[in-house]
Parts: sequence; structure tokens; C-alpha cells
Amino acid sequence: MSGNYFEAFDLPRKLAIDPKDLEKRFYSLSRQLHPDLRRTPSERAEAEEAMAILNDAYRVLRDPVARSEYLLKLEGFDTAQTSKDVPPELLEEVFELNMALEELQAGDTDVLEQLESTRQRFEGMRSELDTELRQKFNDWDSAGRTEDLAAVRSLLNRRKYIANLIVKTNVPDRI
Amino acid sequence: MFQIEFDNDKVVGIDLGTTNSLVAHMDLAKPEVMLGEDGDKLVPSVVSISTTGDTIVGNRARQELIDHPDRTIYSVKRLMGRGIADVQDELKLFPFHIAPDSESIIRVQLGERTFTPPEISAFILRQLKKNAEAALGAPVTKAVITVPAYFNDAQRQATRDAGRIAGLEVLRLVNEPTAAALAYGLDKRQEGVIAVYDLGGGTFDISILKLHEGIFEVLATNGDTHLGGDDIDNRLLRIALEDIQSEWSEDLSHIGEAVQTLRRDVIRAKEALSFQPAATIEFAWHGKHYRREITRELFESLIKDIVERTLGPCRACMKDAGVTPEQIDDVVLVGGSTRIPMVRSAVEVLFRARPRTELNPDEVVALGAAVQAGILSGTVVNQLLLDVTPLSLGIEIAGGVVSKIIHRNSTIPASASESFTTGVDGQTNVLIHVIQGERELAKDCRSLLRFDLKNIAPMPAGMARIEVRFLIDANGILNVTARDARTGKEQSMDVQPSYGLTVDQIEAIIDESIEHGDEDLQAAQVASSRVEADQILLAIDKARKSDAWQALPDAERESIIAAIRELQSVYHTDDHHAIGKAIETLNEITRGLAENMMNTAVNSALKGTKV
Repeated sequence: MSGNYFEAFDLPRKLAIDPKDLEKRFYSLSRQLHPDLRRTPSERAEAEEAMAILNDAYRVLRDPVARSEYLLKLEGFDTAQTSKDVPPELLEEVFELNMALEELQAGDTDVLEQLESTRQRFEGMRSELDTELRQKFNDWDSAGRTEDLAAVRSLLNRRKYIANLIVKTNVPDRI
Repeated sequence: MFQIEFDNDKVVGIDLGTTNSLVAHMDLAKPEVMLGEDGDKLVPSVVSISTTGDTIVGNRARQELIDHPDRTIYSVKRLMGRGIADVQDELKLFPFHIAPDSESIIRVQLGERTFTPPEISAFILRQLKKNAEAALGAPVTKAVITVPAYFNDAQRQATRDAGRIAGLEVLRLVNEPTAAALAYGLDKRQEGVIAVYDLGGGTFDISILKLHEGIFEVLATNGDTHLGGDDIDNRLLRIALEDIQSEWSEDLSHIGEAVQTLRRDVIRAKEALSFQPAATIEFAWHGKHYRREITRELFESLIKDIVERTLGPCRACMKDAGVTPEQIDDVVLVGGSTRIPMVRSAVEVLFRARPRTELNPDEVVALGAAVQAGILSGTVVNQLLLDVTPLSLGIEIAGGVVSKIIHRNSTIPASASESFTTGVDGQTNVLIHVIQGERELAKDCRSLLRFDLKNIAPMPAGMARIEVRFLIDANGILNVTARDARTGKEQSMDVQPSYGLTVDQIEAIIDESIEHGDEDLQAAQVASSRVEADQILLAIDKARKSDAWQALPDAERESIIAAIRELQSVYHTDDHHAIGKAIETLNEITRGLAENMMNTAVNSALKGTKV
């Protein structure tokens, strides 16, 4: 099993992938590679390795975010930005969220409603970002310009930041 | 390398349950459960050691539970792969007699002797093996065994160890709900998304699968390995014991014989309540009688929270699978406890679908295990199972925090590679702690194993680079290998499992049971070593006609022939260790030959796929 995940699936290196087609390829490759269909222990061991890689590849390619991170890495971009700096346009939102979480920790359950609406706002932002991302996916897939990938990189950074905020608003998991 | 299997070996499917166990096989195109000596399909998972040292399993042992409760054990599955600290809740409710020296491996006292949970499970497996051999008229040495989907690595290892102790080669551990889906899908030729709700004697599992043209893809699984019909029995039992204490002014809860009789009577009432609006617990003890009518209404109020505890994992599972109730085409019920009307209606409300119950919920898991056995031996074609790992795998990093490397619900086999280095100049070993679970801190998760990367060449801090590869195999069991990234050489390491038996301990157990006059087991061990010897000798015989054989240096050919002679000379002894050792030597010495021959075959197979 050499080459990258796109090659494993015999797919061009594109950001947009049709999930139905990907699934079909995954099933067909599984039928060729799966250790259950091998008869000797040594063949099984080989197949187990190949299947593990195929599964990893499928996991990455089926998820648009993991897939674009992977493609960015192949194209020489850095991995997700881990900066803790709050984007200026989110300063106020993040401040209010942290206040609400502190109040909740102190036992004030009145803020639950506020947290819920904050969560919904963040989820709205995330789905707007997803729309923008899809647009940029198409741009890069058709034109192959590095600046489109750079745009994807910054959209993903922003999306990651917002996704972390959504996790923070998930109250039942925190109590 | 030359250890091959033959397709004509019968592989059986085993459901090793908390309450009952079954063995099934593929009979032409259909899986079928095989009958036991007593004509029963279900073998109660009860084991008793008689005063003369004989092992009693199944229905006969159930009577021993009442006559000799101190020599008899049920629900041992609850102890599999657990340490003493994990089972404190269990010990309050179950009459397990735990030996005082139990720590990370529990030992159960049965009469004069003590046994580990895998040994006790092995007694059940050997009974099933015997039943299958009687039904098939041929020796059975290979099996697929089912485990709860939510079993962790240690619980899976313990199950595999039980198979090994019983003289069975465990070709695969299959998750119970997945097995049920296999039996169901094969029967109905169903396509689409199905949920399998499996409430057994001691464990609860929920799995959501996608069925498409013979592929069974598990999307997500969830569960609770501490929840089942036993808990319902214990609720009723407690009420009856309290009643009796106030009516008779007598506390029976410490008299094993009384508790086991009452438990049996309570279960009868519970089972009746699934079909009628009220049932009576009737219990007789030393001339006294206790009667108590339980209405379904009271029963439901007693078990409501138990039923509700199953719903959280169901919701989490749907979320992880990325499906809504509307997208689920069918719900399949598995396990005896799903006969309870309240359980059925809770499932119906949650999934907004009427559950399927055509297949017997007690048998469907064993039937599915037989289907998987058929897939592995090539008698069932075009069906393929793609299962997932139930729990995330992680390593402990600074501050006791978990860094996840394989996420839960990843399709298995799944792998991840991590690079490790040294922190101080001249450091020659690195200690790594592997855990399983979803929590953020290692102390809140399950410790799996610790391994020590050792004999690292001394060099400045941060210069060493050890690549560790974690592979969760198709059984859901972790395999770890390490390589020095600078030299490409295999890195030596010591692996210390946190729970469970080491290979040496299993060998010792097998020897010990033979010493205890267990001739069956000895015969089975010798027979299976001879089968293995036959296979390798036959394969090498074939190889000696190939070009690869001619290409070997004379010296290598001679030493292979010497190793063949050595194996032939011990073949007819009754010493399975000697046979095993000779096989190992021969296998080792023919590695080069095997690799040469395999390269051509495997390479062409893999290259064709571009993967």
C-alpha cells in the first residue's frame, strides 16, 4: 500500500468528493482486500495491514474537513493553526460565553437558555463557513490556484475555532 | 509461515452468554444451533465443581447452584477481563466467592480450588465443543466466539484466552449485535439501515448498521457492560428478601442455598410477566411458604430506570452513526430481556419503528456467529462484515491527559502511528501508557497496557525517533509494534498488560488442568498440535517441489530437513509442548523459503488493486 489516500481509491486529488461514489469504491476495495476472505494466516496478516490503511484512508476522505486538511498537507500547507488568539470579530461572543460558563459553574442554571442561543448562533456560523468552503473546494478543483487553497486553509482555521466553541456550549457533557 | 488452515475444517459459531451459551454451525446454506446432550439448545452458563473434582456445566449445574452454591458459579462473564476494583458493585449483588489474593486478575473460589474467569468460561466452551463434536461427528478445533460490542480490550483478550484454554483456536471475536445483524440480514436479504438492540443477561449493546449487497457496515456502537436481565432479577430478589425478613423475621440473604432458590422462583415470575398482567413469586423454605403477587404495573415501576438506562446509549449511537430515527428501516431485538413488553415499547417509541422479532432473540447471536464462521472458512460467499472499535484508544501524555490516537467507531482493522523520542540526554528507554475510553484524563479511562521501549542507543535528548504502530485488529484487540525510525530496525520493548493473563500463565493453566487428570484436554491439545504439524509438513512437502526450494543454499535445505525429522520424531509422543516447539523451530527455519514463495503470490494480489 503505497502512495496517498487519493491514489488508494484511484481518485484525482480534489477537494470535492461524491460520497456515494467513494462508498462504492470503499466497498469494492474491501471485497478485494479484507482479511476475512483470505485463507492462510500469513495472507490474513498482510490483508489486515492493507485493510487498516484502506479504513484509515476512507475515514479521512469521507469527512470533508479531514479530507481538506489531508490535501492541504499533501500540497505543502501547514496543519491546523493552534493559535489561542480570539478572532477580533468574535471577541464579544467569546467573552459572553466564558461569563455564562462561569455563572453556570457557580450554580446559576438561568444561563442555560443563553448558552443554547449562543450555541445556535455558532452553529449558524459554522454552516455559513461550510457553504463558503464548498465554494472554495469547487474553485480549487476547477482552477487549481494556490490562493484558493490558502483560502481553504484560513476558512478551516476559523471553522476549527468555532467548532471548539460549540463543544464548550455543550452543557450536558460538562456537568 | 507455513502454518495454513484447511477449508474443510469445520468452524463453529459460539455465543458465550452471561446466562446461556449456544453453539451453531452452517448447515448447507442455513445456520443452525446444535443440541446439547440433554436435548436443549441453550446451555446455561453455570459451572460447578463436584466434591470429587468433576466439572458440571449447564442444566445439571443449575441444580448444583441450589444444592452446592459454594461450589457453583453463574454470570461469570461479568468478571471477564476485570480487576477486583472494577467489580465491587457486582460483589454486593452476586454470590461470587472471590479468593483473597485477587488483584488485577480475579480468582474465584469453587470448593477447594480457585479459578480465573477465563478458566471458568473455558469449562462452558468445552461443553459446547463437546456438544458440537457429538452433533457433527467430527473433532472441532476452531471457533468464532461472540462478545458484547462494548467489551474493552481486556474483556476481549479474556474471551480469547478462554477459547485457548478450552482447546479452541478462536478465529475471530465478533460483536454480538453485529452477529445478530448477520443472521438477520442473511435471512431477510434486507438492505438499508438497521439498529440492533441487545439486552442480554449482563450486558447491553446498541449497534447501527448499513446493509448493502452483502456488506454489513457497522456505523456506530454503544452500550453498557454492566446492565442486563441480571439487574432486573436482583430488583425482584431484593423485594422478596425484604418481604420475607418482615414476614418471617428471618434474614435469608446470607444463605446461599435460599437465595439461589428464591432467585430461580423470581425469574419464573419475571418471565411469566412478559405474557400475563400479573404473576406470583412462590417460594418454599424449610416448611415455610412465601407468596407474593407482582402486577405488571409494579414490575414496570421497579425496572423503569433500568430500561431508561438503555436509551442514552441508543441516542449517542444514533448521533455517532449520523442517522435520525426516521432513517432507521428496522430494529432487531436480541437477548431474553427484550421479551419484556416495557422494553419493547421503549424501543418502539425511541426508534419510531415496530421492532422485528421473527428470529428467536436467544438464538440469533449464535446463528450470526455461525455465519461469520462460514465467511471465514469460505462456505458463505459474498457476505462481508465491517465492524468498528467501541472505545477510543489513547496514550497518556503530560499531566495525565489522554491523547486519542484511534477514535471510537473507527472501522477495524484500524491503525495509527506515533513517534516517540527521549526527554533527557543518554536516556535509553521510554515508558508508554496505553488507555481506552472517552474521558479526558487517563485516570478516568481504562488502563490497557504499559510498554517500555528499551535499549535505545544513548544520544542527546530528542534525537531518538521510535515509531510505534498501534493496530486494532478485526477482533477489536490491540497489537503494538515499534521500529527505530533512524535504523529501520525493530525496537525491542516490554509489554505489561494491565489486566488479564500472560501467555505463560495460560500455558501454566493448561498444564495444571492436565495435571488435574483432565485427559480430555490433554488429548485435545495433542490432537490440535498434530493437526498443526500435519499442515506444516504437507505445506513444506509442496514447497520442496518449487523453484524457491532449489534456490536455497545447501546448508539451509539441510537444516530444514533436520527440523522436519525432529518434528516427525516427537509427532507420536503425547507431549504437545514438544510438538509445538518442533513446529515453531520448523516454522522459523522456513521463513526465508516461505517469504520467497509468498512474495510472488501476495505482490500480484495487492498490486492489482492499486492500494
